[in-house]
Amino acid sequence: MNLFGFARKKHPPASAQTAKDRLQILLAHERSSTGTAEADYLPMLQREIVAVIRKHVPIGDNDVEVRMERGNQMSSLEINIELPGAAGTKAG
Amino acid sequence: MTTEPKNNPPLGRVIVITSGKGGVGKTTSSAAISAGLAKQGFKTVVIDFDVGLRNLDMTMGCERRVVFDFINVIQGDAKLKQALIKDKRLDTLSILPTSQTRDKDALTKEGVEKVLNELKAEFDYIVCDSPAGIEHGAQMAMHYADEAVVVTNPEVSSVRDSDRVLGLLSSQTKRAETVGAEPIKAQVLITRYDQDRVDRGEMMTVDDVLEILAVPLLGVVPESKAILKASNVGTPVTLDGPSAAAQAYDDAVSRLTGTQVEMRIVGERRPGLFQRLFGRAS
Repeated sequence: MNLFGFARKKHPPASAQTAKDRLQILLAHERSSTGTAEADYLPMLQREIVAVIRKHVPIGDNDVEVRMERGNQMSSLEINIELPGAAGTKAG
Repeated sequence: MTTEPKNNPPLGRVIVITSGKGGVGKTTSSAAISAGLAKQGFKTVVIDFDVGLRNLDMTMGCERRVVFDFINVIQGDAKLKQALIKDKRLDTLSILPTSQTRDKDALTKEGVEKVLNELKAEFDYIVCDSPAGIEHGAQMAMHYADEAVVVTNPEVSSVRDSDRVLGLLSSQTKRAETVGAEPIKAQVLITRYDQDRVDRGEMMTVDDVLEILAVPLLGVVPESKAILKASNVGTPVTLDGPSAAAQAYDDAVSRLTGTQVEMRIVGERRPGLFQRLFGRAS
């Protein structure tokens, strides 16, 4: 080994660990979503939520926002629905 | 699996060299492994599945001897014997080049199966060099495999793509579709491994990669200047004089044939102070 190896040990930026952590989180999700790589259901989910809410409240196509955050232990699905103001008057 | 000498009936084992990501060393590994198998006396053929981007011929150094190709054979325009190129260095080694002009759709399941069956009757090992990606060409290369070598660099995109490929191997192949068939024996070959960078925490370790992919390790090929040098001259690295990379490939080949070889990570270490001061032969 390098003669002066001891001198430059022990201050690792350890980006390798970051790489490993990122991969483990990502792959856990990719493997669970059967078949194709991504959660393909999100756009469909978004359309269906819009349709359900529209039965009761007039909202536009872009008033529902679906966002997913993947974590190691837990993932969260955030659904933001923008409703028309109190007057409930929206052109359509 | 037992390793039989040359004269017994051929083993007829199909090995796909695949990875998903491009540029990780599939063709280099296909050349090195097929030459390594042939060197051990196994009748070996290596097939280029990268239709349209033929490169195995150059890596093997037979680019000027290509007359007919894999696609010609599939389409019945040439006999298999006419398309096979016998290696000039090893009489146990043959190359089946691919077409430079057709596209991947020329590969059909039926056509590939027919050619593979013909090769199985004559060869111990049929090494399939897969194209990058996970589309038609790559799926054809892996479809009839008995065994898979997934070439992976210790780097995030390569490991991710390897994981996808491992998923395909266990779901989209003949063995996966056949009820009761033994699954494809998949193993990972880590290439471009740099021990110095691993020591400095800049590169994932072998254990990191194995923990993520959860398949057995076939070998670890260090980053090595010998690889480019060998491809420059059209020689598989396992036939191009001693080097750390050739040693690693030879070990991997022995493991493929069922021989137990201790896993050693041969490094191309930079010379230390004393070696630099006093010089070193070779």
